[in-house]
Amino acid sequence: MGILIKNGVVYDPAQGIYGEKMDISIDGDKIVEDVSSPERVIDAEGRLVVPGGVELHSHIAGGKVNAGRIMRPEDGRKGRAPRGRLTRACSGFSILNTFSTGYTYARMGYTTTFEAAMPPLLARHTHEEFEDMPITDKGALVLLDNNWMTMEYVKAGDLDRLAAYVSWMFGATKAYGIKIVNPGGVEAWGWGKNCSINDPVPHFDVTPKEIIRALAKVNEELKLPHSIHIHCNDLGHPGNFETTLETYEAVKDITASSDRQVMHATHTQFHAYGGSSWKDFESKADAIADYVNKNDHITIDLGAVMFCDTTTMTADGPMEYSLHTLSRRKWSNHDVELETGSGIIPVAYSPKVPVNAIQWAVGIELALLIEDPWKVVLTTDHPNGCPFTFYPEIIALLMSKPKREEMLKGVSDAVGRRALIATIDRELTWGEIITMTRSAPAKILGLSESKGTLRVGADADVAIYDIMPESFDPAKGYREIEEKLMRTFYTVKGGEVVVKDGEIVATPPGRTYWVNPVGERAHAMREEMLKDLEAKFDAYYTVSMANYPVQDEYLSHPLEIRAG
Amino acid sequence: MATETVTDVICPLCGSLCDDIEVIVEAGRITNVKKACPLGKSKIMGHGRIRAPMVREGGELREVSYDVAIERSAEILSDAKRPLLYGWSSLICEAQRKGVELAEEIGALIDNTASVCHGPTVIGVQGKGSPGCTLGEVKNRADLVVFWGCNPAEAHPRHRARYSHAAKGFFRPGGKKDRKVYVVDVRETKTAKVADEFIRVEPGYDYMVFSALRTILAGHEDVVPDTVGGVEKSKLIEMVDAMKSCEFGIIFGGMGLTHSRGRYKNLENVISLVDELNAHTKFTLMPMRGHYNVTGSGHTFAWLTGYPFAVDFSRGYAWYNPGETAANDVLLRGEVDAMMAIAADPGAHFPGESLRHMAKIPLIQIDPYPNPTTELADVVIPSAISGVEVAGTAYRMDGVPIRTRKIVDTDYLSDEEILERILTRVRELRR
Repeated sequence: MGILIKNGVVYDPAQGIYGEKMDISIDGDKIVEDVSSPERVIDAEGRLVVPGGVELHSHIAGGKVNAGRIMRPEDGRKGRAPRGRLTRACSGFSILNTFSTGYTYARMGYTTTFEAAMPPLLARHTHEEFEDMPITDKGALVLLDNNWMTMEYVKAGDLDRLAAYVSWMFGATKAYGIKIVNPGGVEAWGWGKNCSINDPVPHFDVTPKEIIRALAKVNEELKLPHSIHIHCNDLGHPGNFETTLETYEAVKDITASSDRQVMHATHTQFHAYGGSSWKDFESKADAIADYVNKNDHITIDLGAVMFCDTTTMTADGPMEYSLHTLSRRKWSNHDVELETGSGIIPVAYSPKVPVNAIQWAVGIELALLIEDPWKVVLTTDHPNGCPFTFYPEIIALLMSKPKREEMLKGVSDAVGRRALIATIDRELTWGEIITMTRSAPAKILGLSESKGTLRVGADADVAIYDIMPESFDPAKGYREIEEKLMRTFYTVKGGEVVVKDGEIVATPPGRTYWVNPVGERAHAMREEMLKDLEAKFDAYYTVSMANYPVQDEYLSHPLEIRAG
Repeated sequence: MATETVTDVICPLCGSLCDDIEVIVEAGRITNVKKACPLGKSKIMGHGRIRAPMVREGGELREVSYDVAIERSAEILSDAKRPLLYGWSSLICEAQRKGVELAEEIGALIDNTASVCHGPTVIGVQGKGSPGCTLGEVKNRADLVVFWGCNPAEAHPRHRARYSHAAKGFFRPGGKKDRKVYVVDVRETKTAKVADEFIRVEPGYDYMVFSALRTILAGHEDVVPDTVGGVEKSKLIEMVDAMKSCEFGIIFGGMGLTHSRGRYKNLENVISLVDELNAHTKFTLMPMRGHYNVTGSGHTFAWLTGYPFAVDFSRGYAWYNPGETAANDVLLRGEVDAMMAIAADPGAHFPGESLRHMAKIPLIQIDPYPNPTTELADVVIPSAISGVEVAGTAYRMDGVPIRTRKIVDTDYLSDEEILERILTRVRELRR
């Protein structure tokens, strides 16, 4: 029984393995020491063998993703494929249908995918889409920051009840982690306004910084596997890097409950801008990288931009509206009562537009300027910076200065004046790339025991790429990186071969991770909190409390993690 | 057996999806329904069901077993070259998902009732976007509500009390007293009678009225004629002032917009108006969806295929092009050679020319209730009532998903089970 992968050149940064020729044994759905009589032997013949990719921030399922599909049939037409013997019909370039999402990630060697923003009231929708998204293991981060209950407890300084509320919401929405998106700003957007980090939220009279600190403290008190996961205030604004650094600094004194960061700051490219207007807009990737290099409480992901016609979607309603006033193509918005909001617009990033070109540069610069690959994860904030299908090309840019030089020839010359990319010589190694796409996101999510590693006992999620690291020069062979990382030689998910030679050969359902905070802190004030919550439902929600929690029927393959 | 009261029941009638209904069950039968409107109560209480599966022979429908009806359906669908699967709005998402799977398997065209209802709204959204919110935002924040071409007092009877007109919310504790309500319509509806302002538009002139409002909003009232679509200019200026000066406004759009001259263009124009109002204040828009889960059918179709209605799988991949691929497009062109009508009544709602074609081809109906479609059907399969006899997901008009409850047992098969059995048999026949 089991699978033996032999003669691979293995990269497993979590074990300090960087390009060793070795065998990987699989029994059932786990990596094992060795497998005596394997059912299947895969001879990797010197190919790159790595843990399955871990996507920690991607908009793949739920109300806003689907609103994007509905608004953009022109996107659906790109990426269409007929049903196959094992596969369902596919559609979409930046907003893929659920089947294409699962297949495409698997073909690229990704086996774990986290949805970045789940509104609590619409959580059922996210889980319904997960049910129709094959292969990958999934989880969702729940939006809890612009929430009236949260803000009232923060205002009252009552972290006991806030802890009880957060833990109840994890159960009610089957969530994996706490997501914060433009704290306070989205509530203000209920009145067409916005907030920066120290502005009092209209009516609720708390500041975004107070919300962030309270949720960070509660996150650690509840001993959640992941830290708070934040989309900072002022996304996309020229000069926003100062807000970003102030946000990082705001949680510096809080102690993590496990061996990980206190704050994960997402799609940092969108938060690393200098200047005071679109005219003097410039990269501040160096300032952000410098802070991350000097501090250990913070990790980031890139949110890298590549040039294409993509769709932007976020819970940050005011940001999407202000972006819409620049492009005026079409705009969707969906404010969610007592909880959050969202906005969606199409965006075409053009290499000739100075701002877009600088955005592109910032994403790449962050990855190159942050020294420790364990602190920075490769994302495109799919589909905001560009679809995740650009990962191979971004990896080529990170590994090859010649690739960067070639691309620089085609972009606005503003990049030369107001960005840093042309001055950076660093070329990342396979070890660094594998860290940024596997080991680091797994550790940041608190899943390093089972994901992002080929350690004995970990989930048997393996990607084999048709690249021979021992004889391959990434700097010169960047076109090959772009091609070979799109389609694995093999992808193994949970001990099952799901991709062979870039084709889907099995479509098992993935599992859904959710965190159940069970500790003393989660339950101490639950009764009192529930009284407050019942009052909210009676008076202000339009759904009854009895119909609010996501029922077990929506998670046909749940994986519960008990925390606390 | 004892009397039992089931609380927090979700009403499977209209897009308001009220979830506070109480149902009284005695000896396994529903004997009363509380809190629901008369429309919802009637649906939950049940009435005149299709008794048994039927197959038409010699012009007459004859009762048969489920097995026979399912076998006949599978034969029809697997023999068809251009099958159409239509309906999908008065049932739960679980059945819709199974329906899309069936459509892919047989290369069918699958379409939902939006096609003849808010389809033009969807197309308007695809042109201009969808600046919206959930109904609780309206309840808690809205101080200006506009019902345009819709009549909730009769079509969504509890909408005004629960969500929009009279609902008391956090920032609007006075309910009705704290908000102004406009009704814009071609006739003085029941809703118009209880509104603060009624504006009567001549039939077919909504587009021009939206254009006039946008022109005034842009500061060019000098070029607006004295009356537009029968509405005095002074009224229009007053309305723009009210819209600009409110704190949170919403327009609920109805079929008065989607089914009058201009159709999706009306929607593009009103969406543009709402978009432009956001430069001044917070403003939103929401379509008043009819069937309780028509919103869900748009959602399930979209995540499964990429498109919300009118999806054609004849090429293997999903192809969406309303005008070419909506149910009536293919019926009027006489292309369809077999059809399934499920949880909808095309017999009552499609144009005569479409019905004439439907009468010529094998037609399968799946529904709990007989309706005019039954008269044309060659196979009739009764199903359990979703939301009363089967639990499952439905999406409210604002996209909020709620799990409907199962209240009583039934011997009828669920829609999902019927579809699963047809799909299994189709696969065997096509092998």
